Amino acid sequence: MTEKIFAEAINEAIAEEMRRDPNVFIMGEDIRLSVYGTTANLFKEFGEDRVLDTPLSENGFFGAAIGASLVGMRPIVETVTSFMWVAMDQLISQAAKMRYMFGGQANLPVVYRASMAYGGGSAAHHSDRSYPMFMNMPGIKIAVPANSSDAKGLLKTAIRDDDPVIIFEDVNLSGTRGEVSDVDIPFGKAEIVKEGNDCTIVGIAGSVKLSLEAANNLEKEGISCEVINPRTLVPLDKETILNSVEKTGRLVVVDPAHKVCSAASEISSIVAEEGFWFLQSPIIKVASEQVHIPYSPSLEKLVYPNLDKIYSAVKSTLE
Amino acid sequence: MELTKETQIHMLKRMWTIRNFEIKVMEVHKAGEFVGPAHPYIGEEAVAVGVCSALKDTDYIAGNHRSHGHPLAKGGSIKKAMAEIYGKVDGYCNGNGGSMHLADFSVGILGESGIVASSVPVATGAGLASKLRKKDFVSVVFFGDGASNQGACHESMNLASIWKLPVIFVCENNQFAITTSYQDSVAVDNVSDRAPAYNMPGVLVDGQNVEAMHEATAEAVKRARNGDGPTLIEGLTYRFEDHSLGLGRVTKGEYRSQEEIDKWKERDPIDIHTKKLIERGTLSESECKEIENNSIEEIEEAVNFARNSEFPKPENLFDSMWANPIPKP
Repeated sequence: MTEKIFAEAINEAIAEEMRRDPNVFIMGEDIRLSVYGTTANLFKEFGEDRVLDTPLSENGFFGAAIGASLVGMRPIVETVTSFMWVAMDQLISQAAKMRYMFGGQANLPVVYRASMAYGGGSAAHHSDRSYPMFMNMPGIKIAVPANSSDAKGLLKTAIRDDDPVIIFEDVNLSGTRGEVSDVDIPFGKAEIVKEGNDCTIVGIAGSVKLSLEAANNLEKEGISCEVINPRTLVPLDKETILNSVEKTGRLVVVDPAHKVCSAASEISSIVAEEGFWFLQSPIIKVASEQVHIPYSPSLEKLVYPNLDKIYSAVKSTLE
Repeated sequence: MELTKETQIHMLKRMWTIRNFEIKVMEVHKAGEFVGPAHPYIGEEAVAVGVCSALKDTDYIAGNHRSHGHPLAKGGSIKKAMAEIYGKVDGYCNGNGGSMHLADFSVGILGESGIVASSVPVATGAGLASKLRKKDFVSVVFFGDGASNQGACHESMNLASIWKLPVIFVCENNQFAITTSYQDSVAVDNVSDRAPAYNMPGVLVDGQNVEAMHEATAEAVKRARNGDGPTLIEGLTYRFEDHSLGLGRVTKGEYRSQEEIDKWKERDPIDIHTKKLIERGTLSESECKEIENNSIEEIEEAVNFARNSEFPKPENLFDSMWANPIPKP
């Protein structure tokens, strides 16, 4: 085990997989010079046939990645969550649907790495947390790494998977440090980040870190929270969540996506359907307000989950 | 250069297969034997057959919503094509795809797309793989004049050109996007006029002439395999039937005149090719008739196969959702 910064962990996963399998290549905008910080040195090591800078044509190159994957390659596409809107036709009409639509004739081992920046004054066009929209569409696996270990292990699994995967890389974690191992992390296995007895907190992506911080502070007040990192939303490890709620009787879901039809909504509905009799109080969603991301810092900070919102949610489940 | 006798005959056979397949599809649709829309390719057969006859088995093609002709031209199973339209388990896609997704991957098809222009980036990606892995296969995409106005098309042509990919963009200009004439929706006279903007050759071909389509494709294939990059081929053709089965009730006569349709029907691609073969002495009139009759029989067998095939069972609903299956949510 070594300590790595989140962005380095991503870089390491890509480089290792590219060394292992000549069919793996990466493409995206400005990746040769690693403008987003995760593709450093790849161009130097792997050259122009494996590290491709693309024109600003998301629908074109997202689709080209699909076509390349159909004939045996394993493309990694680097992008930004908000730019995925431009390529929705290829993501939905092709990546998600092709395999089923063609009766299993198509294999699509393609990975889209979506840099998910929010909270830094990037305003409404550069701050999307869009994984819930993709959860609604069958056919794409969705990973939401919450630390360096996830960042590397989930990406390696994604690259080896024969289904299309979108990884939402929370930019708020980019500079965080964490232990990283050489083991890839399976999809659909949640991590219990902290054990506790009074209330279960499920966090999504960067909200796991926030939830853990909240749980540690609440501990000082004598409230024992169990913090769960689902790691992947498709597939979702509902067993781990349900088992935890069975133990604690309470659930708070912390999700940086907009509240309506969020990952938090889905997790809450699963627990309501399958774990209703475990519950001692209503489930609470701490998700982003149903408003666009404002530029002004005085407004932006009001939108997302924060420590105070988590404290009050947890406490209200205990009232 | 005159094509070999075998190629000339092969092209006539394939065009008859497609024509009679489509005639049968229209007939059984009218009789209510399958559900859903279908878009007849009648009148455009020379485009798919001319292009595919210039390809190797190892080359790839991708199609569109009007794509019964493409898998058949590439050598896909006729029986499985018909069974797919019937929604049966023995179809190409086990009944998951239907008429607009009539893709036989076993003969190098990368999918037929119900979303106009959506398969253009996909086919471009196969060309990218060919280049990156230093293979010699080419990738061909068939799309219409309507699709040529989609961003996906423009982005793909630019990508293919800057990366010099072995991709052949085949615009089947059948002159109408449902009811909208290409003359009202394309800013240049011909779709192929757009090629210079992507720094690739643009070739306008008589889409009713199967040999001309073959030759233009052969030239584009040569360029592609040489590493010289993509080509845009526009086959000017005509959709003899309405946009989709059943739609004729709504649109008949309102967007094009009977006179225009009749004029184009005089340029039937099968008649044109048949006449040539007889004139050259490649085949006699009766041999040509025999090809037509054989294809009718072949299609009859395909329909019987489709009729006798089973529908998928309820337990098949989730089949082929994932390569590595995950638990139901």
